[in-house]
Amino acid sequence: MAVGNVGVVAATRPPLRVRVRELLDRERVLGPLFIAPALILIVLLVAYPFCVALYFSVSNAFIGRPSHFVGLKNFINLWGSDAFRQTFQNAFVFTGTAVACKLVSGISLALLLNQQLWFKRLTRGAVLLPWVIPTALSTLGWWWMFNSLYSVVNWTGIALGLMEPPGPNWLGQKYYAMTAVVVVNVWRGLPFFAITILAGLVSIPRELYEAAEADGAGPVTRFWYITLPLLKPVLAVVVLFSTIFTFSDFNIVYVLTHGGPVNSTHLFATLSRQVGLESGRIGEGAAISLYLFPVLVLVVYAQLKFVRKQTY
Amino acid sequence: MSRRKLRSKILAHAALVPFLVFALFPFYHMTLTSLKTDRELYDRAAVPLLIHQGVTFEHYAKLLWDTSFLTWTKNSLLVTVLSTAISLVIGTIAAYALARLKFFAVGSFGTGIFVTYLVPTSLLFLPLAQVVNWLGLGDSKWALVVTYPTFLVPFCTWLLMGYFRTVPKEVEECAMVDGATRIQALLRIVLPIAVPGLVCAALFAFTLSWNEFIYALTFTSSSEEITASVGVTTELIRGDSYFWGSLMGGAVLGSVPIVVLYVFFLDYYVSGLTAGALK
Repeated sequence: MAVGNVGVVAATRPPLRVRVRELLDRERVLGPLFIAPALILIVLLVAYPFCVALYFSVSNAFIGRPSHFVGLKNFINLWGSDAFRQTFQNAFVFTGTAVACKLVSGISLALLLNQQLWFKRLTRGAVLLPWVIPTALSTLGWWWMFNSLYSVVNWTGIALGLMEPPGPNWLGQKYYAMTAVVVVNVWRGLPFFAITILAGLVSIPRELYEAAEADGAGPVTRFWYITLPLLKPVLAVVVLFSTIFTFSDFNIVYVLTHGGPVNSTHLFATLSRQVGLESGRIGEGAAISLYLFPVLVLVVYAQLKFVRKQTY
Repeated sequence: MSRRKLRSKILAHAALVPFLVFALFPFYHMTLTSLKTDRELYDRAAVPLLIHQGVTFEHYAKLLWDTSFLTWTKNSLLVTVLSTAISLVIGTIAAYALARLKFFAVGSFGTGIFVTYLVPTSLLFLPLAQVVNWLGLGDSKWALVVTYPTFLVPFCTWLLMGYFRTVPKEVEECAMVDGATRIQALLRIVLPIAVPGLVCAALFAFTLSWNEFIYALTFTSSSEEITASVGVTTELIRGDSYFWGSLMGGAVLGSVPIVVLYVFFLDYYVSGLTAGALK
């Protein structure tokens, strides 16, 4: 009897293959299924490590030793360290200067690229190049260019009469080292600004300029009253993106100066590596890298709140 | 062309020159250094902007035969190809679901992906190193294959969502009315239309993982496991005296795969760059 029952049920229900096929055609089933791999990846390798970082930051974790809860001691103790206070200041100086330089020269470069040019594609290609080459490797080139004995920057400066021989020891002196790090960051980030702003420029309707010109507006007036206001959303996106990635920069500082001389170019990422891995104080290192988090939150908030609303 | 127009055109070109010099000089100087003889390289009286005493390939020979550069490059290729392929598949289906399907909390998943896209790698490398160790992948290139998708998948998903939205819904609905399942419609109708987007996502994923540095530096250390960027910046500059010729040679060769892709797919890079930021 029982066996017969199963046979009846199987006969009235469609075969498994068909049922799976029908199930997969439902959006409520297929959607979560398609999201699942990405979600699992993000939970296991982004969200979970973030929680581990939070735990480390409130513990006295040290490589190869059991750890204990110490509350907010790491976050507070950091303020007693000269290296950290210096890093905190560096991060804002570095990000502020670099993003401002990239914005101003990015707008200028985009305006130039928007002109009628003879080698348009080639020029764009050249401009974008620093952005696609591995940063760690191109920074090695800059390291050589800033070498204390053979600096080609100094050689050129002296040859042009801009510097007194032997010229600055770029990576060995406090302010010069910071300048060098900012220069390399601007070099690498400028293409992103220029090309993105150029895309914004191209989308501004020509008629606006023609109408303004007919009304007698000069190039400066047109830039100020047409270009800039219409570029605002693009500029906001670019600045927000760049702020978070400049603030959290690691590669350039690590290769060029290792944070030196005397911590004068350390950023949160490089200091957290030095403290957390090279000295083994993981708890403290995690606390340092978490100082990046408030900036991330601000940028994400601003992106979600203002920018995405405007572009959609 | 009127004279005024010609003059402003020439002015624009002249104003571009400093930008181009700034962008390209480091590459020129790196290549030049890698081709100079040591005698000229360390001659402080020589003009550093040109090669006077002949071209030499000894630095490249040294790099290829006396160091593990080829192993590092092989590692880079393996990690990059695998993590790009994995991320492209995961990103494609996630993007399709987010752009097309209606299901529970789809909007918050989209936001979640966007937020993950903004998380910098330098925020998570310390705890991720622990997770990698727990997974038994300490000092192994497989750790990179596993962790690179954490920043590649959000990027690919974000980029492809934009492309999928531009494919008209009707095309897909037509196919489904004719009896195709949703997955068939995706594979045979939507993906072929979205090929430019897929190429773009693949290129960027390849570039991002080839260029990745902090994870590779943190999760791998032995000469057999490290990638090209890490090998050149750590193994070639141990000790007191640097071999600038080989070092610059390594930096040049380590960039070659990206430059080759770049030359062939420049337009994709330009469109992907703006799409990634603006969509």
